[in-house]
Amino acid sequence: MSPEQKTLLQVKNLKKYFPVSRQFLSSQRRYVKAVDDVSFDVREGETLGLVGETGCGKTTVARTILQLYRPTSGQVLFDGVDLASLQENDLRKMRRRMQMIFQDPYASLNPRLTVGAIIAAPLDVHTTMTQKEKRERVQELLELVGLNPDFVNRYPHEFSGGQRQRIGIARALALNPDLVICDEPISSLDVSIQAQVVNLLEELQNRLGLTYIFVAHDLSMVRHISSRMVVMYLGKVMELADRNEIYLRPLHPYTRALMSAVPIPDPDKARNRKRIILKGDIPSPLNPPQGCNFNTRCPMAAEKCFQDDPEYREISPDHWVACHFA
Amino acid sequence: MEPLMRISDLKTRFHTQDGIVHAVNGISYDMHVGEVLGVVGESGCGKSVHALSILRLIPIPPGEIEAQEVWFAGRDLLKLNDSEIRQVRGREIAMVFQDPMSSLNPVYTVGFQISEALMLHKGMNKKQARERALELLNLVGIPEARKRLDNYPHQFSGGMRQRAMIAMALSCEPKLLIADEPTTALDVTIQAQIIELVIRLQEELGMAVMWITHDLGIVAEMAKNINVMYAGFIIERGSVHDIYHQTRHPYTLGLLGSLPSIDEAPGTKLISIPGLPPDLIGLPQGCPFFARCAFRAERCRLERPVLEEAGSPGHTVACWRWQEIDAEKLRKAVGGAL
Repeated sequence: MSPEQKTLLQVKNLKKYFPVSRQFLSSQRRYVKAVDDVSFDVREGETLGLVGETGCGKTTVARTILQLYRPTSGQVLFDGVDLASLQENDLRKMRRRMQMIFQDPYASLNPRLTVGAIIAAPLDVHTTMTQKEKRERVQELLELVGLNPDFVNRYPHEFSGGQRQRIGIARALALNPDLVICDEPISSLDVSIQAQVVNLLEELQNRLGLTYIFVAHDLSMVRHISSRMVVMYLGKVMELADRNEIYLRPLHPYTRALMSAVPIPDPDKARNRKRIILKGDIPSPLNPPQGCNFNTRCPMAAEKCFQDDPEYREISPDHWVACHFA
Repeated sequence: MEPLMRISDLKTRFHTQDGIVHAVNGISYDMHVGEVLGVVGESGCGKSVHALSILRLIPIPPGEIEAQEVWFAGRDLLKLNDSEIRQVRGREIAMVFQDPMSSLNPVYTVGFQISEALMLHKGMNKKQARERALELLNLVGIPEARKRLDNYPHQFSGGMRQRAMIAMALSCEPKLLIADEPTTALDVTIQAQIIELVIRLQEELGMAVMWITHDLGIVAEMAKNINVMYAGFIIERGSVHDIYHQTRHPYTLGLLGSLPSIDEAPGTKLISIPGLPPDLIGLPQGCPFFARCAFRAERCRLERPVLEEAGSPGHTVACWRWQEIDAEKLRKAVGGAL
């Protein structure tokens, strides 16, 4: 991955706060800081992995990029245009270039529409194609994702989870997007089916030159598919680096712990490694700790970490980290 | 040495409107005292149903359990009457489930729920049971355990609920702990905590553990033996070494190939298994894996393979062609198939 590659998307100081209902007799409005000052860029043709545990804000980042949530502050520059500043009409024109694949293939397909109608929906909204053209495009898409084109008139319930996910992928590709955000597309699938879908995504990327943001909590799968990875914790980016760099030289203690918690399907390696077991649970995003977000669980935490929030800085070319000790 | 548990030809079926679902199709194996067994397979392979069948927790009807024997610590569990089997559940064989929130009762405190089992099975009085519950919460590493006894389940995080469930399961010092995907709903760092905890407790208390999972990565670390299940059959069984390094069944090879490894080189392709598992209502006549197998032959379509010894003692595989198969050949055969 060469740094000269064109940048497709830039996320700058993105914040998304959700208000929480006021407590009785309290005048103070409280906020969940779901995404708190996140910056990274995505290069054309790459796969950027976004990993983190429950409540780290990875899905909120994905949705805020697409302006499904409007950001509290910060910029999302897509091909140089700040999406956050666009009005609905202009935004709709941009949206056809960015699509999303959802986590739950059962909830994300309307059970009352045929597969043909589901995949054609983006064509209805964004193009002036005739019925016949749409039908041909749908069949072409079904073939592209490895489904029988004769399935157009079937309903989602007739398909398995993996096949439904393929339908979701076909829908996302209908408009020839530049960027596809995959929000945990495989976490609800069985292991053998996960590999089918990941292989399909990789092949489509090669064939169509797609750029992916791949959101997941499964570190080994994210590392498999990504060229660079962003590790998030409690609304902030802890570390960003190339897939090899982050594996060979993880600088943030959270990244190290996360890496060491990944199950290894090899009894000898699994038994010989040194595990870093983090204490306790992830704090509530409603009430994040003072100083560094990670200080309640960090094995290295010192006094400084409880006072100052570490700066997110580039420690070596293309390797960013937010830790006082990196 | 006499095994702790001997299962012979266990079959579980469900009679439904659409036909008979053959969930478990004649499985047999032994488990020894203090053994850690991993039961691996994907959804619908019968791994959970087989465990529930051992404890006779399958509703009958629509279920039906049949076996030569399910021998556990000196008697056949299938021959016990209702009150006898209740004595086994919880006291001798305890189970921890995937979703700790739905296994805990939301309207009672955690302390009460742990004490209840102790009063019921151990005949302790309220005060003794509460003291023991406190010890157990400490044992599973819940901080400020005394305060936590009076908390309700919703005040616990997911990881702590699972710890509480484990505490409850251990309350009567069972001989066998069945853990049915206990970490699937948890984050990886919390999953690591729970795995560490179960490994430590197993070593300290010397109980046998059956860990049911779809993730071959999890059991690699702790299990002594592994049963790989597919469509209600055990299709390969052996020591962890056999299963991971001398893999014989094409399905097991496929499962291992489907997992990315954290230290893999860039550009490594995953081996995916094409297609879907068979419908358990109309199982194929021959090998259940036939339709998805890269090595299938005519014989596999007609005759169902039975477990036979493959290479080393205790390593068995149900495949007609196991001698011709290895990971390299599978990679070649599957290639870049989607």
